[in-house]
Formats: sequence, structure tokens, C-alpha cells
Amino acid sequence: MVKNIIFAGFGGQGVLFAGKVTAYAGLSQGYEVSWLPSYGPEMRGGTANCSVVIADRPIGSPLVINPDVLIAMNKPSFEKFAPLVASGGIIIYDSSLIDSKCDRDDIEIYDINATELSQSENLKGLSNMILLGKAMKVVGILKDKSIEEGLVKSVPPRKSELLKHNMRAIELGKNN
Amino acid sequence: MSEKILMKGNEALAEAAIRAGCIRFFGYPITPQTELAAYMAKRLPKIEGGVYLQAESEVSAINMVLGSAASGARAMTSSSSPGISLKAEGISYIAGSDLPCLIVNVQRAGPGLGGIQPSQADYWVSTRGVGHGGARLLVFAPNSVQEVIDLVFDAFELAEKYRIPAMILSDGLLGQMMEPVVFPDRAPVLLEKPWAANGHRDKRNKNIINSLYLQASELEEKVRQRELRYREIEEKHSKASEYMMDDAEYAVVSYGATSRVAGSAIDAAREKGIRVGLIRPVTLWPFPSKQIFEKSKNLKGILAVEMSSGQMVDDVRLAVNGNCPVNFFGRTGGIIPTPMEILSEIEKMSKGDIK
Amino acid sequence: MKTVFQKPRSLSDTPTHYCPGCTHGIVHRLVAEAIDELGIEGRTIGIAPVGCSVSAYNYFNNDMVQAPHGRAPAVATGIKRSVKDSVVFTYQGDGDLAAIGTAETVHAATRGENITVIFINNAIYGMTGGQMAPTTLEGQVTQTTPYGRDASIAGNPIRVSEMLATLDGPGYIERVAVDSPAHVRAAKKAIKKAFETQIKGKGFSLIEVISTCPTNWGLSPGDAMVWLRENMIPHYPLGVFVDWEKEENDG
Repeated sequence: MVKNIIFAGFGGQGVLFAGKVTAYAGLSQGYEVSWLPSYGPEMRGGTANCSVVIADRPIGSPLVINPDVLIAMNKPSFEKFAPLVASGGIIIYDSSLIDSKCDRDDIEIYDINATELSQSENLKGLSNMILLGKAMKVVGILKDKSIEEGLVKSVPPRKSELLKHNMRAIELGKNN
Repeated sequence: MSEKILMKGNEALAEAAIRAGCIRFFGYPITPQTELAAYMAKRLPKIEGGVYLQAESEVSAINMVLGSAASGARAMTSSSSPGISLKAEGISYIAGSDLPCLIVNVQRAGPGLGGIQPSQADYWVSTRGVGHGGARLLVFAPNSVQEVIDLVFDAFELAEKYRIPAMILSDGLLGQMMEPVVFPDRAPVLLEKPWAANGHRDKRNKNIINSLYLQASELEEKVRQRELRYREIEEKHSKASEYMMDDAEYAVVSYGATSRVAGSAIDAAREKGIRVGLIRPVTLWPFPSKQIFEKSKNLKGILAVEMSSGQMVDDVRLAVNGNCPVNFFGRTGGIIPTPMEILSEIEKMSKGDIK
Repeated sequence: MKTVFQKPRSLSDTPTHYCPGCTHGIVHRLVAEAIDELGIEGRTIGIAPVGCSVSAYNYFNNDMVQAPHGRAPAVATGIKRSVKDSVVFTYQGDGDLAAIGTAETVHAATRGENITVIFINNAIYGMTGGQMAPTTLEGQVTQTTPYGRDASIAGNPIRVSEMLATLDGPGYIERVAVDSPAHVRAAKKAIKKAFETQIKGKGFSLIEVISTCPTNWGLSPGDAMVWLRENMIPHYPLGVFVDWEKEENDG
């Protein structure tokens, strides 16, 4: 099993963090993992993104070009990466911010109004976790407990009060 | 710490250096090595005797390393390609003064200011001593965050054993990526340094750390002695790892981050029935020439893959010495080759498309 | 027999390579006397520059490190920060310190790096045969200013002590000369004070020594002293520019 994942959105949306939680969740389930951010000031096309690979054998390239799973948090990311998703792959996107359509019939596409939900549910800034919850459910590799462990490892101790909000956002994503 | 944790290559390198007993760091900001210096800035002030100093330039930073190393301390600096050009002078003096230290180059694309994306275009300059005058550096090329940690220990220990500077040749990809790592339970081997200029304390004759020899015969003797150490290092410390080489008819030779991508391409080629393997130099100087020479006797072709226009391929051809054809594939400008691109080059080679 | 005069202990027996009449010998001796009197030879590390005094590592008995051109303050920083109780001095000429090594000098000073810099200003590059230095006076003839230094082309001479005195890092800065016995005695006092500044942890100290270069000035040693007095001192006035002790007393 090798899952190539891209998290993409604007800088500040928590794209890199969501990737880190995912990588740690994979690690706690005993998988090989890698996490690679786009870096530098020029974030092409207005997007920040990170590549996460979860595999049951040593990981070759940590740079994901054709993702099996794309989590898109803004329109430019969606438009940039949707055509690159591997055949049979999955897209999960935030329909609050993305009105683009992808007419590929060789992939599965799921949407969730993550930003609206995060505002109405008093989880401001956690649309990334809502999308991650949704992705977990549709991809089905990572267990709830692993994600929780991933969160514990990724949230700095001094911000541990944020854990429960993150968990609630993930639950919300799973159930919507 | 035996638990696996996720760490960026740059941060893991910094932590490994501290665990290897290097608590003197002199740097200057440059992308994409920033996290390394930032990590040191956070950790070293909390350690007894720890020194983190942001110098006024790369030139000063390497000369602070020269001074610290001359005093007998384990010292290091880190930079990225344009900064390494600036350090070239100091590195030559360090080599000429027979001082051990660690220089980290998290390579970015060039020439000039170039870009900030990953590159391997500093192979030539690194393996040829960086500065003027014909010196050598130990050059290590890890390809995973875990290997970064292990090689940092080796780098310091060999540098001090042979009194030559060492370099970890990393790149933007390896520096920025996070992978699970375990820090080994490895105590640093610290040698006595009776040559150090740290004050004679009225207990010994004075020590001079110097690279100037105005008598040509004296300088030639100095160079000759250093050459002997270089030969011993070449004999004992070249290192390459192999993947799928047992039955291989073809080999990809690739190092650092690129070798990861090459590994994926080799898996894909194997699925297509092509008997190809990977030879990955772990040390770039000394280059694993013997190993490649021996392997090349039974190969139909070698493909060198680098993030450059072709630099390591020179050493591959010298090592192969005509035993088999050597092709090259590279990307530049900060573009990482894809497994599909490398696979396509492997397929071409296996169909007899030898340049 | 009573010894009335002898070589300082921290000066070696190696004959120097300096030209007849060169003032490096005087300044070396003053540095060595200060080291002897303060009893610090065993923990002192000196940094030799690139220039005429490159071989200074042969002339002092304390540990010595030879630095790349202009980089002595950076090398000194690396040593000082790594060996806590060390006393570290650099010995640099005007080309080394005020041209190629300007950044290293200014930043070591502004960091308040606890080192001592002995700065030999003789307004010319000696080692390479008499080219214009950053401190060469306006109108002064050198190999590379054969018609005299023209400020509109070659820029103006730098007053290093005054420039560094604008910074907050230095603890002691004084300009002295070695053209007369009285000046030599004052220079000795200044050099010793600079080392004391370091030993007491009062920050960066620099002694600018106005010196001669008879060979490249094309003058006899005696005439060179006169030339120094008549031309250099008016442009580079002697005096104390920063004194931590005075500042503390003035409170």
C-alpha cells in the first residue's frame, strides 16, 4: 500500500499542520511516512501545499506529483491539482470556497462546506481538520485513535487546550 | 529517545550535531537551511558552553568556525549554495591548517542567486575541495532524515581522526522533509587534540595553526603528508549502498534526494521485467569508485541521475573506466526528476539506447 | 652581573623578517611586555593577519593562529567564544583591518567581542610592495597612486578609531604612535590597558598604532619618523576615543 496525499490551500489555512497530523497518524499505525512542504516565498499559484506519503514499505520519492488523495482548500489549489490526481484517486474539497467543477469520471470527488461549518460550529480556523475528518472517512486507512495520536504529537504542549476543538472538527468532518 | 518522532532533515541534522558533541555553531541566514540555524539558536544557549552566533556574513561565519576548530572545539556552520561560495576561502584555509569541522550545504539551484528549490549542482565544487589550492573535504550525501543523523556522527569523527573538514551535502528536499527518526544511543568519540591553540598554560610548547609555508619544499612536504591521509581515507572510508543489484543487468547511480526518486523508478522498472538496480554513493569524496568499477564489469549500462546538468557522472565514468556505457539524466533549476522520467530513461537504456 | 634589559618572555628567539627601521618590532615588544606583566601568556592566543606581520606566529611564544586576509576578528571570535578563560588578540595592518576586513572589524566591535585588536596603521600596504591602503593620506604617493592619492578617484582615508568609537560595543579605543620614546611609553600603557579591558570583560578593545614603513615610503628610518609626525598625526590625532573606566567613573 502506498498513499500519496497532497494537502493544498492558502498559506495560513493549516495545510502543513493537517499534513503533519496525517503523517503522525500513519506513523502511530506503524506505517512508513514522509511529509514535504512547498517552501519559500513564491508559493506558485498562490498556494501552499504539502506532500504526505503513507506506505507499508520504504518510501521512494517524498514529492507527490500525482496524488491518490487531494485535499483542496482553495480554488487555485483545486484547479492546479485536480487534473494531476491519479486515476482511481479521491478529491476532498471545501465547497464553501471552491465553486470550480472537475468533470473527470475516473476519480471520486467529495465536497464539504468546511469553512461555513467551522464558522457556524464555533470552530474558526479549523476547516482543515473538518476536511481531514472527511478525508479519513472516505479514504479509510487511518483509525480514529491514530488521528488522535497524530494530533497529540502535532499540537505543542502549551496549546493542548486546542486538542478538543481539533477533535470536534474532525468528528464534524466525518459526519457531514 | 528511542521513540520514533517526525523531524525535518534540517532540524534532525542540528540535533544530531549537538548529540555528537558539537555545541559551537556559527551561521548566517539563507534559504533553505534556515531551520538548522534556528534550531541551534534555540538549543545551544541552554547548553553549558554552547555557542550560537549569527555572523555578519558567511565569510565571517566560516572564519569563526576556523577559530573555534583551531581552539580544539567541535564546530560547524551551515549554509546553502551561494553561501558556500562565500565560505570557499575559509574552507581552503581550514583544510590548509589541517583543522576538522563540519560544513553543511543544503543545496539550492544555481548558478548565481539561482533559486531556492532543491539542487545537486554543487557536486563538483564540494568534491573538489570548494576553495583554492587542491584540498579535499569528506563529503557525505545522506538520502533520508535518519541517515542524516547517522552521518553527522561519522562526519565529525572522521574529520577529527584525519584532521580534515567534512561536509554534509544535503539539499532543499532532504532539509525540508519530515520523516520518522530514532536518535541512536551513540556516544561521540572525542579524540585528544594536542595540536589545539587553546593556550599552552605553561605545560607545553606553543601551538601554531597555520597554512602559510613560504619554503616551497616545506609546503610540498606538507601537501604530500596530506595526500597520504587522503589516500588512506579513499582506501578505508568510501561508502555506497546497493538496492536490487544482485541480478542487475543495469544500474542507476544516484545520490541524496534524487536516489529516493530513482528507487521508485527502479521498482516500476522491475515490475516491467527490467533487471535494474541502484548504486547509491553515500560518500561523494571519497567516491566509491572501486565498488562501481567492480559492479560495472557485469553491467550492460549505467544511468547516472542527478539534479544538475551532469557532475557526478564524471566520477562514475572515471570509475567505470569503459567497462560499460554510462548514460546521464538530470533536471536543473530546482526541478526534482519524477519517477516516470527516470523510468523512461531506464527503459531507453534497456532497449539499447546508449549515448 | 645585573640584568638591566632583556627580551620579554613571551617574545620568541626567532629573528624577525622585518625591514630595518620597521616599527613592527617595537609594537611586538610592547605586546609581549604587556602579556608578561599581566602573566597571561599561558592562556593567550594571538591571531596573525595577512600582510607584513603574517609571520607574527613565529615571534610570540603564546599559541598563535594565522587567519585569512581581514578575517582575524572572526577567527578571534571563534576562539574567544570556545575557550572561556582565554585572552585573544589580533595583530592587523591597515589593509587587513580597514579594507578587506572592514566588516569583520566593525561587527566584532559592535558585538563588544571581548578581544583585543592591535591595529598597525602605516598608511600603506607593506607586504605587497607599497600600494595604496585605506589609510593612505590624500596626496600620498604609492605604487598604485603614483600621482598622489586623489580623493575624488580613490576615496578618502579612513579614521578607524573615530569610526569604531561611534559604536556601543567597544570598551577601550586609543590611538598611539611609536615615533618617540614618550609615545612608545604611552603606546605600551595603552596596549596593556587594552588587555586589561579584555581580562575584566569590558568588551572590544583596539589600539591603533601610527607606524612607519621606511621601505615603502622611500625614506630613511629617521626621516620616516619625521614624516609620521608631520603628516600622519595631524590627520590621525592621538588620544583615547573610548574608555570604559572613564565612562564608569563618570557614571
